[in-house]
Amino acid sequence: MAEMWINMGPQHPMTHGLWNMRIKVDGETITDAEPVIGYLHRGWEKMTEDRRYPQIIPMSDRLCYGSSFTWSHVYCMAVEDLMGIEVPEKAKYIRAMSDELQRIGNHLMWLAAIGPDLGNLTIFLYALREREMFLDLFQSLCGARMTYNYCRIGGVRNDAPPNWDRDLVRTLDYFEKRMNEYEELVDRNKVFRMRMEDLAPLSGKDAVNLGITGPTLRGSGVKYDIRQNDPYEIYDELDWHMCTADEGDTYARYRVRMDEMRMSVQIVRDILKKMPKTGPIRVKPPRNAPVGTGMARMEDPRGESLMYVIGDGTDKPYRLSVRSPLFVILSASPVLLRGNKIADLPSILGMIDVCMGETDR
Amino acid sequence: MYLDIWQLLTGLVHWLMVNIIGAILGWIGFHGVEHWLGTPGVLNFVTIIVVGLVVFIVGMLVSITLIWQERKELGRLMDRRGTQVGPIGLFQNFADALKVLVKEHIVPEAADSMVYNVAPVIIIGVSLMMMVTIPYSPGFYMSNSQLSVLLTLALFGVVPFAVLLGGWASNNKYTLIGGMRAAAQIIAYEVPLLLSVVGVVILAGSLNFFDIVAWQQSHVWLVLPMIIGAIVFTISMIAELERVPFDLPEAEAELVEGWGTEYGGMRFGLIMMSEYARGFIGSSMITLLFLGGWDMPAFLNFIPDGIWFLAKVFIVFGIIIWIRGALPRVRTDQILNLGWRRLLPLAVVNIAIAIAFKTLGWF
Repeated sequence: MAEMWINMGPQHPMTHGLWNMRIKVDGETITDAEPVIGYLHRGWEKMTEDRRYPQIIPMSDRLCYGSSFTWSHVYCMAVEDLMGIEVPEKAKYIRAMSDELQRIGNHLMWLAAIGPDLGNLTIFLYALREREMFLDLFQSLCGARMTYNYCRIGGVRNDAPPNWDRDLVRTLDYFEKRMNEYEELVDRNKVFRMRMEDLAPLSGKDAVNLGITGPTLRGSGVKYDIRQNDPYEIYDELDWHMCTADEGDTYARYRVRMDEMRMSVQIVRDILKKMPKTGPIRVKPPRNAPVGTGMARMEDPRGESLMYVIGDGTDKPYRLSVRSPLFVILSASPVLLRGNKIADLPSILGMIDVCMGETDR
Repeated sequence: MYLDIWQLLTGLVHWLMVNIIGAILGWIGFHGVEHWLGTPGVLNFVTIIVVGLVVFIVGMLVSITLIWQERKELGRLMDRRGTQVGPIGLFQNFADALKVLVKEHIVPEAADSMVYNVAPVIIIGVSLMMMVTIPYSPGFYMSNSQLSVLLTLALFGVVPFAVLLGGWASNNKYTLIGGMRAAAQIIAYEVPLLLSVVGVVILAGSLNFFDIVAWQQSHVWLVLPMIIGAIVFTISMIAELERVPFDLPEAEAELVEGWGTEYGGMRFGLIMMSEYARGFIGSSMITLLFLGGWDMPAFLNFIPDGIWFLAKVFIVFGIIIWIRGALPRVRTDQILNLGWRRLLPLAVVNIAIAIAFKTLGWF
């Protein structure tokens, strides 16, 4: 068979979102690849220049449907940096807790998506079943299930509801039991291992040079996690450690994410222990930001997310720039794909957990 | 205990043609036609058609039930409910059939329209033709050929050819890759499939389903001496049926719907249906060759043979569904490795065991 270009997308079961992976195949082997993005470009950064600072929070929720809290969180942190606001202690804990719950929810979404990518629907339904519990938790916390609009400049919108601790601990206990079930279904499954081990290996050096961050980078054995390397909120006070794997293949990336879910459970438990029972959860921000710049970065479930905001003394940002982890990882995807089979394309791209909302912006 | 469908329907056809239609025609005055209807040739011909129709309808009903079983059981494995239309979801398939029936039939502009249209006909026709050889009980069968095992396996081999044709003729890159995969897969798995049957044939001494079942009734279920062969046959059969974990030709994650991407409407529905018809044939072959067919413990003799056979078929298919629920798809090169480097040697070992048993005179 001669070499040919195949469009995997924008309407294709492999694409999680609206984008196009053009691949050049020789028979079954991928010889070249070219990600085509922009189908979901909404002019997000330009739109923010026409809105007041608090009005951008719901917009930043919509950067990614899977991890909306972390995006509004990083936005709020950037604006706080610009305005020079110190967030109350309790709000920091609530934010970190929501981050970790969001991370679990997002990783469950990813786990659900790799099931059909690899050809098994069971794990899809199992993971979404547990994700539902975390959506319920968010619903009781802030009333919304997907786009929370919960983070505020200077804190969070409201305190946790009554019985929050009880519900949370109950869910986490149940979830930890379920995690064992997934690992039995996937890790102890010969075919899953066959599909993932030694697939698309990436050395730590290459990963750093390509600008890859997040679980994909930690799967290559690089110890880089913003929560530890540049702690924000209260992560330096918590009892946790970074999850890495050394092999650098698809299975290592899978393992890192699974370990991170367990670690998130541990972090949330620790937060519950250390969180102050009373205290303010929010300070009132000024209406106008000063002239200057603000920057914040954090460990998104997918990698390092960064927001850079320039204030010009009015109540609207002069410029708001977003660094999406996936934009960088997707641009590195040809390196991961080259030389592999077509059948591996969904599993390789599924492992980086594609979300087009934040990539195209 | 079994129902002899040939005896029953011969009598019924004779009664209908001679005593009812013949009598009416004679009463009107068409004595020539009355006499012609009563000749053995005509009676035989009509009987064969009626028996074929009955076996076909029963086979289709079993296949539809298998679809229902798959959806229900897979639902249970995945912690959901499965089909919901009608009592315990039994009418879902009919609702789906009605839906695809009213869809427009579209031929892609760039497709080779003749081959594109012929390919599903071959697939569906061949799949349904396989029902001819499968006996449900000593009395409920369509044909009793001395080479029925070989005929069924030969018909199985035709389907991927039509899949390749259909995928190629659709003139679409996904379908082309899917068709090529089907061809590669079938070459890798047809060989161990046939070789694992050889062991059975050596022990039972026949290529006829009735003889193989009779041998198992008088000796032992072949799954015991031929355990390697049974496993190899089951794995190869799953590959032959193109089901998860070997559903590469229609890997929906990377190839949209694989070779069948361009087929819509009732063609899609019938191709789907024929897949389950083949699933039924595959499970029946496993049942007949290795699990004793309609053989049963003597004290349960009051349950009809056909019911026993179907119960075993449903259990075998249930295991295939279970495998689908537990495993992801195997990659192209891995599937070929598995076929050539694992299953083929195992099938040869199985033949050696069969020859050893036969030579030692154990069975």
